[in-house]
Amino acid sequence: MAMRDITLGQYFPGDTPVHRLDPRTKLLFTVLYIVALFMAKGALTYGILLVVLLGSIAVSKIRLKIMLKGLKPIIFIAVITGLLNLFYTPGGEGEAPLLSFWVLTVYPAGIRAAAFMILRIVMLVLCTFLLTYTTSPILITDGLEMLLNPLKKLHLPIHELAMMMSIALRFIPTLIEETDKIMSAQKARGADFETGSLIQKAKALIPLLVPLFISAFRRADELAVAMECRCYHGGEGRTRLKVLRFGLNDYLVLAATLALCVGIGVLGHFGW
Amino acid sequence: MEPILQTEQLNHLYSAGTPFQHSALVDVDFCAYRGEYLGIIGRTGSGKSTLVQHFNGLLKPTSGRVLLEGKDIWSDKALTRAARFQVGLVFQYPEYQLFEETVYKDISFGPKNMGLDTHEVDRRVREAAEFVGLSEDVLEQSPFALSGGQKRRVAIAGVIAMEPSVLILDEPTAGLDPLGVEQVLSNIQAYHKAKNATIIMVSHSMEEMARTADRLVVIHEGKIPFQGPPKEVFAHGVELENMGLGVPQMTRVFSRLRALGADIDPAVYTVAQAKAALLAALGKGAE
Amino acid sequence: MTDAIINVQDLCFSYDAPEGEAPIVLDSVTLSIDPGSFVAVLGHNGSGKSTLAKHLNAILLPSGGKVYIQGMDTADESLLLEVRRAVGMVFQNPDNQIVANVVEEDVAFAPENLGVPSAEIRRRVDEALEMVGMSDYATHAPHLLSGGQKQRVAIAGVIAMRPNCIVMDEPTAMLDPMGRQEVLETIKGLNKNYGMTIVLITHHMDEAAQADRLIVMQKGTVVQDGPPKEVFAQVEALKAVGLTVPDTVELCWQLRQTGVDLPLDALTDDECAAALYQLLKKD
Repeated sequence: MAMRDITLGQYFPGDTPVHRLDPRTKLLFTVLYIVALFMAKGALTYGILLVVLLGSIAVSKIRLKIMLKGLKPIIFIAVITGLLNLFYTPGGEGEAPLLSFWVLTVYPAGIRAAAFMILRIVMLVLCTFLLTYTTSPILITDGLEMLLNPLKKLHLPIHELAMMMSIALRFIPTLIEETDKIMSAQKARGADFETGSLIQKAKALIPLLVPLFISAFRRADELAVAMECRCYHGGEGRTRLKVLRFGLNDYLVLAATLALCVGIGVLGHFGW
Repeated sequence: MEPILQTEQLNHLYSAGTPFQHSALVDVDFCAYRGEYLGIIGRTGSGKSTLVQHFNGLLKPTSGRVLLEGKDIWSDKALTRAARFQVGLVFQYPEYQLFEETVYKDISFGPKNMGLDTHEVDRRVREAAEFVGLSEDVLEQSPFALSGGQKRRVAIAGVIAMEPSVLILDEPTAGLDPLGVEQVLSNIQAYHKAKNATIIMVSHSMEEMARTADRLVVIHEGKIPFQGPPKEVFAHGVELENMGLGVPQMTRVFSRLRALGADIDPAVYTVAQAKAALLAALGKGAE
Repeated sequence: MTDAIINVQDLCFSYDAPEGEAPIVLDSVTLSIDPGSFVAVLGHNGSGKSTLAKHLNAILLPSGGKVYIQGMDTADESLLLEVRRAVGMVFQNPDNQIVANVVEEDVAFAPENLGVPSAEIRRRVDEALEMVGMSDYATHAPHLLSGGQKQRVAIAGVIAMRPNCIVMDEPTAMLDPMGRQEVLETIKGLNKNYGMTIVLITHHMDEAAQADRLIVMQKGTVVQDGPPKEVFAQVEALKAVGLTVPDTVELCWQLRQTGVDLPLDALTDDECAAALYQLLKKD
């Protein structure tokens, strides 16, 4: 059952201004916000970005608890990066170490760097969660395809990539369910996926992986035929049920995001 | 009759503590007897698959007990492991779990996991293959080169080779053509007879159940509304329809026949019984 | 013959295999299907029924003979999209034919491929979902639906192309009785209310019994072709090719073996009960 609880690219449907924004707007916001995050230097810039993020989350009505729950898998990375920053940030001119034991020394600058680094990682992840939690995977894919459309001129297979991505998203729950089933079936024949050395564990995966691959290939095969039967012949001449359109809100958000990004860049340049 | 597999006040909650929490089984008291051929009927989502996965310890009860030969299978680790082998479970579409290079190796997966010696594994593989009617030359072939019906039988043999005293099959005939269905049903019958094994079969087909099972257990919304010999269970025609299950075609025909005014007992559920009842009514019973 | 929607002439097919090894899957099959009819094709696995289905919208091309869809030769590559639009296909496993994450997006897939304008796609999607009774699920995720519901979405996805004929390759094989019932009712509704031509490939006798015409295949050839009542009356012939008959017919047939006079065309519960009642009354 545990496999089913994975919150991979989970989408929480809703009808808030954030949900209604064009996916392209949200994608651009996410990218620009991350750029701004890397230009932020001090308490002021981090503060502004944090307020913007928390404000957006509030408008999206996604409960903070759900957001924070999603952070669990990255706690480890955040803590390690924080510790590295804590111990390896050299002190400023004439700054006395706060603490020193064995080979490790901690300067006040280290504490600052560590705190900002953890904040940066958390905010980066939360900002992408905001995108995926409020935008259906299909809209994200559509948005990406349209944003990257100019690259088609360079003969990059943008449509094909987007189609692959949306099909992958479509089949994740199906394959997770299938993994569950095969695991149970092999356990019923005495397979043991939990105990033993690493090598034994890897070997124990064969009875799971072989059927899973075979099934994935079979599905791919059948899906390809089914798609052909429904007249799929590549991206050429395709129309869409839902045409993405920028609204007033989209223009406003994009303008504000751009202003935010530039503003943070300037403030960051002065070390604020 | 001696009980072999029982549950006492069995409850199972899925996704406990989340907004998706729902109970699949509610205070289920179930009993299967040694050597019987038991049918479990219920629609998709009734809890029947959850129930059978408790029988071999794949799922752990949220509360309540699962007893195998009177012993709680969760009371100690050795018993849990023993239940895995003593209660064989064949899942739906079991051919999708085949993974070995040869049929022989695939069937031997279970017995090998039991820690049996090569000689014993070999004996069991060959015997299991015989039960499902696979010839010697098939054993060395790749399971993926076989027909759908043959693959299904290889997968069933993989569980039979563990020589379980209780063999559970979830929809073993789903998706097979009429010939394949008959073959699988007779394979199960052969194992049942030869080993005096308890068979627990989960099926949607009332006709199939009517023909094969000694006793039926109906599962609906995580509970057992009725159980008993097919005759008794199929007498609840209206309730079964309301649960989305229905009764065998012969039972339907006979209740219509009675509604038309014929003086005949409507408790009939197989073609053979219908034939006998009609011949008796025509005064040709002696033939 | 010219107004047949599907016209199969001397169709032969075998897969590419080493010299002399290629087993013949279809052996001179000739048949034509009238617009608006509901045809069931019955046969056990390996009888060639699925292979025949795959020829009806050019997934497979004949090794010999011709297949015409509304007069279009399926082997003519320039007509490929037109052929596929005219004959929709629904397969056994609904999971493996649903492309999108949202029901309505999936139904829109075919018209999108055909370059239909957005407003028209919207109309077609709504109409198709209405026809299969899935309008309430337009914005649901397909993987959370039941098997029968998924299969109805798959059917809607085909209807949205506005085909004249739908070929279904064992669409109920993986469903429970409720799901089978749902899908079968949907199929019958499409045929009765919208005049859609249906070719239903199945090995469920009770489904085949509901068609107007029943074709039985064995070893790549058509061995029986006629109204279900006539075909099922050939009990011995069906048994010889590894098929069974509905329990109603089986009962009448077994009773006839003992010398009782009963018709073999009492297919439904009511017909069978009526026939038995007549018999008992006569006695």
